[in-house]
Amino acid sequence: MGLLGTGILKGLGVTLRHFIDTYAEDLKYILNKSGVQQPRPLRRQSPKARGLVTVEYPRERLPLPENFRYVPFLVYDTEKQDDKCTSCGICAKVCPPQCIWIVRTEDPVTKRPVPQPKEFYIDTTICMNCGYCAEFCPFDAIKMDHDYELSYYPHQEPHARLVQDKAELTKPDTYHASIHPTDWHRELEDRAAEEAKKKAAAEAKAKADAAKAAGGSAAPGAAGAKPATPAAAATTSKPAPPKAEDKPADAAGEASDQ
Amino acid sequence: MAEETTPPTSAEPAASKPAVPARPAAAAGGAKPTAAAKPAGHAAPKGPPLATLTPELAQLQQQFGESVIAPAPYVGVLVNDLGKLREVMTYVRDQLGFDMLANATAVDYIKEGYIEVVYHPQRSKGGEPITLKVRVPRGNDPVAPTEVAVPSLVPVYAGAEFQEREIYDMFGVRFEGHPDLRRILTWEGFYGWPLRKDWREPYYEGDTKPFESRWPGGHHQLAEERVPWQDNVNYPPGFDPLNFQANPDAGLYDSMLGGVPGVEVEPNGQAQRSPQPKGVGASVPVLDRNYNNLADDEELQTDQIIVNMGPQHPSTHGVLRMVVKLDGETVTDLKLVLGYLHRNHEKIGERNTWLHNIPYTDRLDYICGIANELGYVITVEKMMGIKPTERAEYLRVIMTELTRIESHFWAIGFLLNDLGAFYTPALYFITERDLILDLFESVTGSRLMCNYMRFGGVSRDLTEDQIMRARELAFERIPRKIDELEQLLTDNEIIKARTIGVGYLPAERSINYSLTGPCLRAAGVPYDIRRVDPYSIYDRFDFDIPVFYGADVYDRYRVRVAEMRQSLRIVQQALNQLDQTKPGDIQAGKKAYNHRVPAGQAYGRVETPKGELGFYLVSDGGQNAYRYHVRSSSFINLNSLKEMTVGQKVADAVVILGSLDIVLGEVDR
Repeated sequence: MGLLGTGILKGLGVTLRHFIDTYAEDLKYILNKSGVQQPRPLRRQSPKARGLVTVEYPRERLPLPENFRYVPFLVYDTEKQDDKCTSCGICAKVCPPQCIWIVRTEDPVTKRPVPQPKEFYIDTTICMNCGYCAEFCPFDAIKMDHDYELSYYPHQEPHARLVQDKAELTKPDTYHASIHPTDWHRELEDRAAEEAKKKAAAEAKAKADAAKAAGGSAAPGAAGAKPATPAAAATTSKPAPPKAEDKPADAAGEASDQ
Repeated sequence: MAEETTPPTSAEPAASKPAVPARPAAAAGGAKPTAAAKPAGHAAPKGPPLATLTPELAQLQQQFGESVIAPAPYVGVLVNDLGKLREVMTYVRDQLGFDMLANATAVDYIKEGYIEVVYHPQRSKGGEPITLKVRVPRGNDPVAPTEVAVPSLVPVYAGAEFQEREIYDMFGVRFEGHPDLRRILTWEGFYGWPLRKDWREPYYEGDTKPFESRWPGGHHQLAEERVPWQDNVNYPPGFDPLNFQANPDAGLYDSMLGGVPGVEVEPNGQAQRSPQPKGVGASVPVLDRNYNNLADDEELQTDQIIVNMGPQHPSTHGVLRMVVKLDGETVTDLKLVLGYLHRNHEKIGERNTWLHNIPYTDRLDYICGIANELGYVITVEKMMGIKPTERAEYLRVIMTELTRIESHFWAIGFLLNDLGAFYTPALYFITERDLILDLFESVTGSRLMCNYMRFGGVSRDLTEDQIMRARELAFERIPRKIDELEQLLTDNEIIKARTIGVGYLPAERSINYSLTGPCLRAAGVPYDIRRVDPYSIYDRFDFDIPVFYGADVYDRYRVRVAEMRQSLRIVQQALNQLDQTKPGDIQAGKKAYNHRVPAGQAYGRVETPKGELGFYLVSDGGQNAYRYHVRSSSFINLNSLKEMTVGQKVADAVVILGSLDIVLGEVDR
């Protein structure tokens, strides 16, 4: 306990320091034009910054973190020219507010389901952006978007844009790669690993068949199968998100679930 | 962690008693008795360890004999003589030392035809709560409350008041002797009892998710266009919507005009001041039956007026309505009107699958979403008998403690707003809070609705960059900012003058009111669930439980500041120990979405920044919760607001509410 009023003065010192810091930081930035600097919004909001943290949205924008999630979109495989979605329905089941609606395609002749969605709706008025659909999709076919500015003029058809159909939801995988580079690389690695595994298995089988046919020379076959397996092991042992490893298991679970 | 399972060990003393009713399936949830009707002693393969009858319950049984029974596959004890409930509870409180009613809720067993009211008393000294239950026949009338009334426990535990009102509101269970039994979350005149199993909400689609209509034939349909005005809406018989005039507040005002609390009027008209302790500076005038001041004839003899503060009042932290009765500027009575944000979270939780509920818990107390998730997830994990991986445990602790820091920053900032220090302190602290939220966003993808926890793990690991940022925050920036906060506020004379002695509620009353969290610790009770009933890996860290003894607004502020420092200590230790765990190992077992939880019941709780957040879950062995109850700390803390406020000035009522730090998302659910 000191003199009456010292507590208030101490507090005023803090506000004064804040006031000075606001300008000091910008001054530093103006004076130091040389060298590589972070862009202004990033620098302002770094944990080390002392000055003002605000950015002037929408003129300035903070970069979105890769994991940022907003209403999901469907990934279109530009290489195979096909939807990645197989309409397995896991996303519709894990969706907490039940905003995903899928119509499965049927083969017109056999009436059996074809792994492709005929219709796919997401009701963005209900979607809670939880990210479960993207997390549990075994085919990497649905991903969370970064486009958070979803507002429409009322003269556009009511609900029409907020309930998005398949055409509106589908975006190319190049877009997915651009907003989720890490995720995309993990997918590519998974795919490469899987292909390598398949190839190795096929080769081993071919070798084994050949060996059987030849009648006994197994040693070269084992040597031939070797180069593929360490590569696969190397890709999977990287600190990738563990769901990468769980994906195939999930798919198996789904198959039994159906 | 209260852990309760079906079935318990066969070695129970109660099992040999003749009074055991022959309904083994009853406790395990009604919808699927086949799942629960396993013979006693046959444990579910993946279930948690078997529960035994605690010594306290055994003692209770000895004391009360036949009126307290413990049926075989059963959790806790059943008080089957309703008339003795209050006596039993008084014994539990005074002789056994369970001085705090942690939780009270009900479960509608529709197949068995009764509603079970569940009480969880606990000791303020620590330890697990015990479970006591009573049953009342539910009846099939959609409007009438139960014929048999349960004796109200408000005389024993003041903290039961709001909880009993909630049970009445949601289940239609009558409580005899309750001082003010009105609906609390829905409005007067609401039709039906929303948490009964036969009640259906508008746009009702099915009892459980996932709904059949979504896949594989999911032609989209807007919920609003599914003709809500037909079979989804139940009118009371004889109800005419065109000529309906509601007067929902009549009961409220009646209850306030009945008398002057704190002042007892003797039969001869002489007023006596009640011996109840009041806050410093309290001056309740001594009034007679006509509110005339007897003590001081020179004072103006004015009428008392009723003022509605809220629900759109900026200081009520959301849509809360405080109805205060004023004598001049002094509050003589206070009632709360809740439920403006009510969305029947618990019914939604019973429709959802177990996994679906995790993002919904974020929306309870949206200031500290991750802490809520932790409470739900560890309760379900207890029922499933799984444990998260080491790394996941550390990540959970780091994120939860960061949540506590940001929540306290917010609470202190807005407390200062309520005091009239408009937004300067609040914005200084919101800046820091936003840096924590930035970290949450980069890890989980969202700032508030993180959806981070999973059963047996968490959704994402921290990358090296993110760990660096967390370290920067935890070791440099936030400690610096807490020092700054204290410099700005703690010694400020105006703050001291406005807060010291305001909102006083002594320790015994706080305990009796089931007050938890920083407010209880500011009254000198070292009660923190992280310490008294440890969960997760909190027993590994070195931290203190800050306690202050003023029991007023100032000490509630100081407890929060001290707690932020302790949380920082935990985060720092956890970040240092994080290297010892395996990166990427964040999910125990296979990641699944269609969990089945073994039949049983569990009450799990965690210490959120607001207090004790409990989940009472009942599973019938299926994919959905049979009962999903949230013991909301904000809601139950509000119970004591009246006693803190009566006798204070109306301007202080705002400050006292601010010091409780409520979030309406959790109050109204």
